[in-house]
Amino acid sequence: MSTQETTTGGPSRLQQWRDRWNGMSRFQQWAFLVPLVLLIYALPVLNPPILSTEPGYTFSIAMFEVARYALVAIGLNVVVGQAGLLDLGYIGFFAIGAYVAALFTSPDSELAKLPYLVVLPLAVLVTMVFGVLLGSPTLRLRGDYLAIVTLGFGEIVRLLADLSPLRGNAGFQGVGQPPGTRADGQDVFNTSDGTPWYWLTVTLIIVVLMLVGNLERSRVGRAWVAIREDEDAAEIMGVPTFRFKLWAFAIGAAIGGLSGALYAGQIGFVNNQRFDVVTSVLFLAAVVLGGSGNKVGVLLGATVIAYVPLRFQSLYEYRYLIFGLALIILMIFRPQGLLGARQRLLAYGREAYRRLIGRPEQVSSDSALAAEPVKGAGS
Amino acid sequence: MALLELSTVSVHYGRIQALSDVSLTVEQGEIVTLIGANGAGKTTTMRAISGIRPLSGGTITFDGEDISTLRADLRVVRGISQSPEGRGVFPGMTVMENLDMGAYSRKDRKNLAEDLDRVFTLFPRLAERKNQAGGTMSGGEQQMLAIGRALMARPRLLLLDEPSMGLAPQFIQQIFRIITEINEQGTTVLLVEQNAQQALSRAHRAYVLETGSISRTGTGQELLNDASIKEAYLGVA
Ligand SMILES: Nc1ncnc2c1ncn2[C@@H]1O[C@H](COP(=O)(O)OP(=O)(O)O)[C@@H](O)[C@H]1O
Ligand SMILES: [Mg+2]
Repeated sequence: MSTQETTTGGPSRLQQWRDRWNGMSRFQQWAFLVPLVLLIYALPVLNPPILSTEPGYTFSIAMFEVARYALVAIGLNVVVGQAGLLDLGYIGFFAIGAYVAALFTSPDSELAKLPYLVVLPLAVLVTMVFGVLLGSPTLRLRGDYLAIVTLGFGEIVRLLADLSPLRGNAGFQGVGQPPGTRADGQDVFNTSDGTPWYWLTVTLIIVVLMLVGNLERSRVGRAWVAIREDEDAAEIMGVPTFRFKLWAFAIGAAIGGLSGALYAGQIGFVNNQRFDVVTSVLFLAAVVLGGSGNKVGVLLGATVIAYVPLRFQSLYEYRYLIFGLALIILMIFRPQGLLGARQRLLAYGREAYRRLIGRPEQVSSDSALAAEPVKGAGS
Repeated sequence: MALLELSTVSVHYGRIQALSDVSLTVEQGEIVTLIGANGAGKTTTMRAISGIRPLSGGTITFDGEDISTLRADLRVVRGISQSPEGRGVFPGMTVMENLDMGAYSRKDRKNLAEDLDRVFTLFPRLAERKNQAGGTMSGGEQQMLAIGRALMARPRLLLLDEPSMGLAPQFIQQIFRIITEINEQGTTVLLVEQNAQQALSRAHRAYVLETGSISRTGTGQELLNDASIKEAYLGVA
């Protein structure tokens, strides 16, 4: 296969890694992934000095924060990165998840108490319903409308939390947690030790990544990419665009809700102070920074956004400034984010070959991107 | 019975009426062309047929079925496929991925290789460019890709919206030749064009659209030889 050199020179280091990874067998990929995942699980116990956020911030809780952001970023990436829908009110779904957890577990709530592990899927379900309710009217419209409506939605949820059933600033104390007691009589899941919460969240991240990954490789995922690239063209290809946008929106909402419920449980307290628009923007920054549409990218983005201010406490106050500047610089030099979405499409490319000619063909990523400059219009 | 029949179709954009009482038919096996000036409503007609734009009046019948309110994606399944104005290829997808999207609505998987062969035979250029991103191709190549992609749906009716727009003269000839070839292979074609000369000489029948209404109809040859058409659309005084 002929490979034309791009003007930027040969394939980048990143590209080489991608090609190498894609060239590995499933077994080799697992042999690499399993130890990596084990290391990730072990992090709060190892508490490596270079990574540690202590004494400023309990490391296990910092790790939970990172995991929580990662989960949020995966969910928001389905909406923004995969389907290309600009959602500026994602915090609204996160808040709904947190309030569902609080309402059904906190002694401050008048509703019937349910076990936390029942409330977790309930929060997912409720936020998904809210996603459908918000998405049904708005996703029929195109473009900017959605951004404005979701922005409003995030604010409305925050303002609703002022109303008496949701207890405004007083909030809900003693939000529930998963069961279990340690040998010393303490609860396994408590508000001062982030480790069990981190493990739970990482496990859920893995489950969600597998579910979302399967969706992306299915007809649904191809439809999302098509909608993101050109919605009219997608419709002409026979993609039921409204239905698939609603899917993306509802799935994203559900993952946001899950993340909110975990947050409420770990911190043990929910009030109206924690769900402002700026946090929505921070979520979005995590997705864009890492590389919208690329799951590994958004995990990286979320890690940076959540971890850096906790590790370097002196930066905490300036985090919006710093991330703002970082994003501007990134958009100038690397608009696709740290890791772009192209890799995703190449995976489709391989499937396109399989579907159309019945056999896979090695698709080299650099030749796909190397285009001869267009010589004169229409030739 | 006509394959496609529009009967007193009206379409509005808000308060603006873009089509009023448009009636036309396309018979199985024909090339029918719709010519008209910029803004006459040609693209709107195409969008009404493919279901992107709802009707405010009238009916559209395809193969005997009233599809006036059928969802756009189901119209593709029925056999209506479109190459949109301005080509509309997926810019970040490769040629293969674009062609694969063209077959999105297909339920019969086993004939895909055959259809791909047909597209590559019609457009050898695409076969040379399998892994190039659609957005980086030249105008003519994108047009080929858009038509090839539409063919991957194995349509019974192919809608082509200004396939010659913005192309160099030698490409225009080639595209029209290929349209005739596609038609000879059995696909019915509804062709929208501003290039009336070429369109009329290739078409079995033609309609002239003027500010949202059909003003003339006849065979391609009749209109080609008509004095007023010559003056208005063929640039002959
Ligand atoms: N999205 C739109 N919103 C409002 N008016 C439109 C829109 N699209 C087309 N029109 C109007 O409808 C009429 C027909 O347009 P169109 O079908 O694109 O014409 P053509 O394809 O023949 O050039 C024009 O007057 C145009 O201004
Ligand atoms: Mg037009």
